[in-house]
Amino acid sequence: MNNQRRTVLKSGSGAALLGMLAAAGIITPGIALADWNKAAFDAKSMADTLKALGAGTPADSKDVQVTGPDIAENGAVVPVGVASSLPNISMVAILIEKNPNALAATFTLPEGTEANVQTRVKMGQTSNIYALVKSDGKFFMATKEIKVTLGGCGG
Amino acid sequence: MGNPMKIRAANKDGVTEVKVLVSHEMETGQRKDAAGAVVPAWFITELVARHGDKTVLSTEFGPSVSKNPYLAFKFKGGSKGDKITVSWKDNKGDSRSDEATIG
Repeated sequence: MNNQRRTVLKSGSGAALLGMLAAAGIITPGIALADWNKAAFDAKSMADTLKALGAGTPADSKDVQVTGPDIAENGAVVPVGVASSLPNISMVAILIEKNPNALAATFTLPEGTEANVQTRVKMGQTSNIYALVKSDGKFFMATKEIKVTLGGCGG
Repeated sequence: MGNPMKIRAANKDGVTEVKVLVSHEMETGQRKDAAGAVVPAWFITELVARHGDKTVLSTEFGPSVSKNPYLAFKFKGGSKGDKITVSWKDNKGDSRSDEATIG
């Protein structure tokens, strides 16, 4: 028996169920987020990820800054930062367009925490990095291209 | 239980900056070992930082966060001697919590 396949099937239906519950309004997306957002992290493309995060099509904003190197020699460790001067930011997410799964991390910021986070991510190849922020309930995005000379996703 | 996290928290002008270095493999599930078998995914899914009882940051990670994840953020408030607690859990159900004092 192929155990991995079982797990995939099981988790797949779990995510679908969560989606159904959210659609039916039984649980709001905000509450669903309290658990790891499997749908968003499993989504492959940018569009699917944005949909799973409930972001739709975010507007580009100059008030969101993505920081990182122009060229990353080692794709396994790419320092990335997101900062924004927009008001009431409750969520920040880092997406990497060409990774197998676009979403790298989401940060939920309670009131009092500044919209200024830094972390390190893996990049499989040269790609655009997107910073998504939620300000006053609306989503905004900024992008930066990082060139990778050595991929960090195995292979 | 993984190895201890390194946590630094410093208060300057009423804003506390917290830097966390977690010790974790962060295996993506994309890699193959020498025999060609896929190395199963093993990564931190959630990390929460608290100042006293108040949550100051909650994050969700995917496998594309680097090995031994680094995280830095700032929040308003906090004073010298206050406790910062950071806890994480991974997709295998393992978890860990560490404390630091704001300096």
